[in-house]
Amino acid sequence: MSEASDLKIDTRRSFLGRAIGFGSSNTGFSFWWMQRLTSIALLPLTPWLVFNIAALVGQPVTAVHAWVGNPINATLIIATLLCAFHHMHLGIQVVCEDYVHTDISRMILVLFVKAASFLLCIAGIVAVLKMAIGG
Amino acid sequence: MKDIRDAQRVGRTSDGRLVERPLSGHLSVYINFDMVMSVGHRVTGCAMAVGTIVLVWWLVAASMGAGAYDTMSWWLRTWIGYLALFGWTCAMWYHYCVGIRHLVWDTGRMYDLPRVNQSRLWILAGTGLLVILTWLVALV
Repeated sequence: MSEASDLKIDTRRSFLGRAIGFGSSNTGFSFWWMQRLTSIALLPLTPWLVFNIAALVGQPVTAVHAWVGNPINATLIIATLLCAFHHMHLGIQVVCEDYVHTDISRMILVLFVKAASFLLCIAGIVAVLKMAIGG
Repeated sequence: MKDIRDAQRVGRTSDGRLVERPLSGHLSVYINFDMVMSVGHRVTGCAMAVGTIVLVWWLVAASMGAGAYDTMSWWLRTWIGYLALFGWTCAMWYHYCVGIRHLVWDTGRMYDLPRVNQSRLWILAGTGLLVILTWLVALV
């Protein structure tokens, strides 16, 4: 990076002029913020879910039903799923936008990722509710 | 500077100085371990996205009863299942540790190189430790 004294702009163009057309569509902040919020929520939720599932390894399905049947566990699993899939689809969208340069392919891919995240999330929630409420 | 393209790389700091915006790293010029770690954060994020299918499969199979659950357990106990789960736990804890550093970086802390050298070791050690811990809980 150059020293400040080396730099001088001689082109007659304002900062505003240079920014127009390259600028934000005003949705960037909430995108960025939701990515951070979900990641903060996942800091405690991820280890909680992973170590609980690890502890259920090798046990019969009834043990899983008993664990998910606890309303607190069911609530936290659903919270984890919501945060994880929201965080996930935002992240994959950024990756798609960075590497797929054709508008139509990028749009199809991003929509596919959103749809897949949404459906997987619902499937997980339905399964948890079935075990927690349906018995 | 005379060229508008150069001018577009110039920004102003909050105290009013003109600075050149940093360019992104050029892989053909140099590559270092922190760049690999940065790409690794993306790669592990994508890998975990695939892994969520297994998580949802686990929940759905459990909700469907003993038959579906045993079928899923059988698949996860094949060598390919173990490989996928091991890869998934590595990816997850790595992404988790790097993610914590990203949250710290967002507050403007630990950006200097000595701290990056330090946090890099914490990330690698933390990832290894959490992976071992997960498998100890799962298998012992």
